[in-house]
Amino acid sequence: MVGGGRFDMARLVPRKLDRKLLRDLWATKMQALAIAFVVAAGIAVHVVAAGMLDSLQETRRAYYDRYRFADVWAPVVRAPDRLLADIRDIPGVAAAETRVTSHVLFDIPGMDAPASGQAISLPDSGRPAVNHIHLTEGRLPRRGQRDEAVLLDAFARAHGIAVGDTVSLTLHGGRESLRIVGIALSPEHVYAVAPGQLVPDARLFGVVWMGREALAQAVDRDGAFTEAVVTLEPGYPEAAVTGALDRLLAPYGAPGAYGREQQISDAFISSEITQLSTMARVLPPIFLAVAAFLVNVVLTRLVAMERTEIGLLKAFGYHDGDVVWHYVKFAGAIGALGLAIGLGLGTWLGRQMAALYTEYYHFPFLIFRLEAGVYLSACLVTALAVGGGGALAAWRAARLDPAVAMRAPPPPDYSKSIGAGLTRWRMLDRQTRMVFRQILRWPGRSAFTLAGVSVSGGLLIGTLFFLDSVDVMIDVYFNSANRQDVSVSFVEPRSWEAFHSLRRMPGVIEAEPVRQVAVRLRHGAAEERTALSGVPRGARLSRMVDLDNRSVEAPPGALVMSQDLADKLSIAAGDRIEIEVTEGQRPVFELPVSAVTTTLVGSGLQMEIGDLNRLLGEGRVLSGASLRVDAHETRTLYARLKDTPGIAGVSLQSEAEDRFVELLDQSLGTSIVIYTGFAALIAIGVVYNSVRISFSEREHELAVLRVLGFTRGEVAYVLLGEIAILTLLALPVGALTGTGLAWGFSQAMSSDLFRLPFVISPRTYGYAAGVVLVIAISSALMIRSRLDKLDMVAVLKSGE
Amino acid sequence: MQDTQGQSGRDRDTACFRTRGLTKVYGSGASAVHALRGVDLEIPEGDLVVLLGPSGSGKSTLLNILGGLDRATGGEFLFRGEDLTRASTRALTLYRRRHVGFVFQFYNLMPSLTARENVELVTEIAQNGLSAGEALELVGLEKRADHFPAELSGGEQQRVAIARAIAKRPEVMLCDEPTGALDSATGIRVLQALKTVNETLGATTIIITHNAGVADMAHRVITFSDGQVGKVRVNTERANPEDLAW
Repeated sequence: MVGGGRFDMARLVPRKLDRKLLRDLWATKMQALAIAFVVAAGIAVHVVAAGMLDSLQETRRAYYDRYRFADVWAPVVRAPDRLLADIRDIPGVAAAETRVTSHVLFDIPGMDAPASGQAISLPDSGRPAVNHIHLTEGRLPRRGQRDEAVLLDAFARAHGIAVGDTVSLTLHGGRESLRIVGIALSPEHVYAVAPGQLVPDARLFGVVWMGREALAQAVDRDGAFTEAVVTLEPGYPEAAVTGALDRLLAPYGAPGAYGREQQISDAFISSEITQLSTMARVLPPIFLAVAAFLVNVVLTRLVAMERTEIGLLKAFGYHDGDVVWHYVKFAGAIGALGLAIGLGLGTWLGRQMAALYTEYYHFPFLIFRLEAGVYLSACLVTALAVGGGGALAAWRAARLDPAVAMRAPPPPDYSKSIGAGLTRWRMLDRQTRMVFRQILRWPGRSAFTLAGVSVSGGLLIGTLFFLDSVDVMIDVYFNSANRQDVSVSFVEPRSWEAFHSLRRMPGVIEAEPVRQVAVRLRHGAAEERTALSGVPRGARLSRMVDLDNRSVEAPPGALVMSQDLADKLSIAAGDRIEIEVTEGQRPVFELPVSAVTTTLVGSGLQMEIGDLNRLLGEGRVLSGASLRVDAHETRTLYARLKDTPGIAGVSLQSEAEDRFVELLDQSLGTSIVIYTGFAALIAIGVVYNSVRISFSEREHELAVLRVLGFTRGEVAYVLLGEIAILTLLALPVGALTGTGLAWGFSQAMSSDLFRLPFVISPRTYGYAAGVVLVIAISSALMIRSRLDKLDMVAVLKSGE
Repeated sequence: MQDTQGQSGRDRDTACFRTRGLTKVYGSGASAVHALRGVDLEIPEGDLVVLLGPSGSGKSTLLNILGGLDRATGGEFLFRGEDLTRASTRALTLYRRRHVGFVFQFYNLMPSLTARENVELVTEIAQNGLSAGEALELVGLEKRADHFPAELSGGEQQRVAIARAIAKRPEVMLCDEPTGALDSATGIRVLQALKTVNETLGATTIIITHNAGVADMAHRVITFSDGQVGKVRVNTERANPEDLAW
């Protein structure tokens, strides 16, 4: 029993220390919570971004693998089926398939606007060797059943079309009625966006898959194909295969083979992945660094307040290690809480985000799942950040000599602060001098507070920048560069007569012809594929504009080029460039680039339509038109367009703009709420802890001021002046940080698809400053209430 | 008590402080602590009073109430005829600001302000104060005016604290163990400073001390025991601080 009793005593001692730990945590609960939330924000961003990145990449990989998504597409006008064998023989080609594709215009009952789309053939027997589809319902078309088709899932759902329904459409100039026998998803249309559009609109873009023979007959391609799709041997260079395909298919009107980076759906997913990985790289380290510093500051203060207790513990025979471990556990508890909240919040947000993603990215499955690695890395970085911050402070505690620790610390010496001389300026009253000297006495801590508040404001600006940027993008794209209401494209170039008949259609107020050809550009060793547009001089509807919304026109015989293309080809205004037209007679010519201008969406290469037609030598033709229409007559116009043969596609700008804004409101709106919240957490964590620690250090001093007859307001000024000055200083620093962050985001997140213009509105700066000020003021007010409870009587009895 | 009134040679109406039946109870029920149990006291203007008594006898509690730092539980407390017993927090703050100078055992200077600035801190909010230089000269510290507390000895810090207390020309000086943390030589210098202030500014000065020897420099010595005034002695002859038995 006696031995047992001694044993119990030994076990009791650590438990007592743990009880002290719990009490310490309880006493500093607001500070601990504030830090835990900063950790949680960092972990949540990490979990959402890394988890989403993993999920998206893994889902894409699995989906592409299973459905044999092509690596290279090689469109042609018409090539004989027998070429398939030659294609399969090209070195580096793993599998190849040929197919017939065609533009279609859907006529959906109850919808005035025509929906554009694509018809794609499926082999009459068996699965395609490349680009298979995923049936969600029904079956594939049967051989010989000419009117059977499979419909794209999103389009079917948007219009309530089910298996067994009939869909009517214009195909190669003729009206067809197709019976829907299956509903499908396709790896080619994960992001089902119509060519030339920015955001998908499930109602306005559809795909039908038909039997090969049926489609070939409908579009007059019997025994021929219009596109070859191939997968590559792993690791084989794509350029070698596209080169071989181009040589093989050149006689058949091939505009040039291209890889996944130019496949619109995959390009959008890749762009999303880039954005996620930028987010995953930039944001969590900011939060965790802030948390590490906060833990360090709070623990350092705790150690300072518990000097005597630490001295006693060590005098009683506790080892340095016990003391370090005790304080590291304090940091650990905060880290664990933050980690738990962050993992929970991150997983929940991740699921919400995955649900949002499935609206735009049509995968057969997209499950937000977290790899063990994401959890593990979250735990590891938290342990490193918070543990590291805590260990430094704990080590200071351990190094205290017991005899020294049990004596009261000497009063802080303000005579040696850097810049103390400045604070003797006559205009400053004594209270203000106290405020400035407090800042200068602990320059590291002040700098951190300033940095923390700046980062918070900067994050707000960096986030809100997206709204400003996209506002400009929408404005330039829809209201300046593309002012048409409707864009019409023909199946093949048409004579000027077609333009006149468009112009005479009901409701058309203004019309402009467009001639577009596929070209290959060469400058030095660089080569790029793109489309060259011919527009009339003085074009008012579809044109190239600079960032100030001024129209940029090509002088006779010259080109205007977008900045992204110029960068890829290392071209400056005034340079000459070789242009190979990859359709029709395939002429090659050299032209000067008269101007390079930044386009926000896509690439652009323009010249005057007359000049282009002369170079092509095909007479006065056009491949489409831009129309401005009377809103009251769109219904009649749409009906006429649906009935007009030879129209490949109709895109509706106003619908596109609405859809774009709607998408932004949903996705960007949600992100902004989340990031504003997270940025606010940093500000709260930093400001609250800074004031709270300042209060605990100066509680005695402030009580003395009250004793001396200073009012609560005057004492509050001495306490809160410090954070007020630091916050005010942080506003311009934060504005700079945010400007830099926004610039970084605009660079990192711009892609071939679009460029985020670097614009920050005064409203954004104002909003960020407002949020920071509100947080600083409310954190300060929370602590100001403690001033009312200052114990003046205790001051008379005790020293510092 | 009758002693107090009987032996006071001054007019009652000129009393600086007057208390009647003053009580102070901390806590309640069984754990209630009666710090003051009905104190009747009158302290004339301009007196230098020493409060003696063992720890827990109630002298600090009385000083806190007289200084407007704490409120009595019962009874009455008047300053120059004005009832402050139930004064608002704001009124008490103004009372301290305008009329009271405090000197503490642990100096309680602002570490971030120099000696001069510590004094100026108070003169800035006073209505008719001395200049910081004058106040520091009164305590013999004019040469150390631009030093921070961390650069001053304990005695010097305490003299700065006295300079800070007198700089506003207070009507009342309340000192809680002003020499408690000092050696005898330094303690005597501090007491000299307090005496000078009492004589030149005429401030009613109350000093709490454990050092019975200090009582000889007072006009009046009040001994506390068990929350009540035990004995009041009026010195007909007052000793100089340098002659005190330490």
